[in-house]
Amino acid sequence: MEQFFQQLTNGLAVGGIYALIALGYTMVYGVLKLINFAHADLFTLGAYLGLTLLTSMALTNHLGPLWGTLLLALMVMGLIALVGALLDRVAYRPLRASPRLSAVVSALGASIFLQNTIMLVYGARFQVYPQNILPKAAIELGGLSIPVVRLMVLATSVIMMAALYLFIQKTKIGTAIRAAAIDQGAARLMGIDVNRVILMVFLVGPSLGGLAGLMVGLYYGQINFTMGWNYGLKAFTAAILGGIGNIPGAMVGGLLLGIIEAMGAAYLSMAWKDAIAFCVLIMILIVRPTGLLGERVAEKV
Amino acid sequence: MALLEVAGLHVKYGNIEVLHGVDLRVNEGEIVTILGANGAGKSTTLLTLSGLVKPSGGSIAFGGRPIDKLPAHVIVKLGIAQVPEGRRIFNTLTVQENMNLGAFVSKDYEQVKKTQDWIYALLPVLSERRQQLGGTLSGGEQQMLAIGRALMSRPKILLLDEPSLGLAPLLVKTIFQTLREINTTGVTIVLVEQNARAALKLAHRAYVMELGNIVLEGPSPELMANSEVQAAYLGTGSQ
Repeated sequence: MEQFFQQLTNGLAVGGIYALIALGYTMVYGVLKLINFAHADLFTLGAYLGLTLLTSMALTNHLGPLWGTLLLALMVMGLIALVGALLDRVAYRPLRASPRLSAVVSALGASIFLQNTIMLVYGARFQVYPQNILPKAAIELGGLSIPVVRLMVLATSVIMMAALYLFIQKTKIGTAIRAAAIDQGAARLMGIDVNRVILMVFLVGPSLGGLAGLMVGLYYGQINFTMGWNYGLKAFTAAILGGIGNIPGAMVGGLLLGIIEAMGAAYLSMAWKDAIAFCVLIMILIVRPTGLLGERVAEKV
Repeated sequence: MALLEVAGLHVKYGNIEVLHGVDLRVNEGEIVTILGANGAGKSTTLLTLSGLVKPSGGSIAFGGRPIDKLPAHVIVKLGIAQVPEGRRIFNTLTVQENMNLGAFVSKDYEQVKKTQDWIYALLPVLSERRQQLGGTLSGGEQQMLAIGRALMSRPKILLLDEPSLGLAPLLVKTIFQTLREINTTGVTIVLVEQNARAALKLAHRAYVMELGNIVLEGPSPELMANSEVQAAYLGTGSQ
């Protein structure tokens, strides 16, 4: 039973990271019907920028681990949001009127460009996050010893998801985003500037992806320029699992995939971890292609 | 000076020209209807007025100001709202959220609240269904919602594209009655319709479109008496 709960918390922590990345895919897909393949590389960039800021500015020395990490997270989110908006401006906006396949190819190109830029700047080797930032302690919870970092990761993703949910559901611009995802033409007839909605989506989605990158760096300690590939695929799976284009779906899908993966790794075989995740993807595509919470059939790209 | 002045409007979809120089004039306070068969260019005309489709030639002036180069969201702000063909309400949003989106361009919350009270009084069925998802409404209710939503921006001109489509005759009557009421509050109305009889009864003036051209125009009673119109659109031609 202890192993079960350990894996559950572990799965939730990893799942929270998947969910944060998946939100970026699903928000962009919702409004533009485009899979932003470069999103995974924004996640990677978040991890690298986090490392650079962490080591060059020594925030955690000046402000203490908690405030230092918080400020670091805000800086990474802000920077990646800007890169996201720039990505849209350079790679997608000029193709808005073109056939969708052009934008998909542009997304693939942007992904390759970003990944290789990161490699050229930082090198191809694994880089290591300083290990003395976050507390090593574990807390006892009902006879269970859970690392504090794991809880912090889970708490951060839950807070971010709740904030995003409120933003999307309660604010005027959030409602405009939902409207534009349903029917862009009708949204424009309401006086909504769809380009502004798209910009907002490319600020919010990447900032969450960048934060996830930073969290992976802090949680696992090492990062690599190809890390976006695996996390991106998992997050994409999570988005499909929940129903792509559906924001609560991406949250549920991410957490669920994290748990399934952790349980599979624990009870079946560690080596089959990825295979299990992608089996889930295949099963979902066969049994319920719209995802758990989705209502729209995903069109082929 | 007319409130809305369209001159020599040309629109192309790709290489195919669908409007070949349309002239329209709408005076303040009028109800003007545009009649015509499928494919005559009525919907394209309305979409161009709202800025969703860009003209390849000609001009559109609203209150003397050229608007044909403006993006759709700015045109809404100036006071042109549209009830699009097929209603296009936001199915997975609540009735209230649909209404709020209609007021997206307004910053004055007191005014929005007042407008909303007026619309809910005008269309009480919407008020009862505030928390329901738009997609769960019946066709007639969805049409009411589309009209209410468009009115939320306090438009000077309301453009409606076939509001009677797919509705039972009794509902059509109700909707046209509502349009008349809206018009008496000072909102100018441009109505695209295939239901020529009902539209001509409601409108002050009418245009008839065929294959991307205006072929007839005049006061409604005059067109209703016109034998060509009777034969083509009213089904009462001289036997």
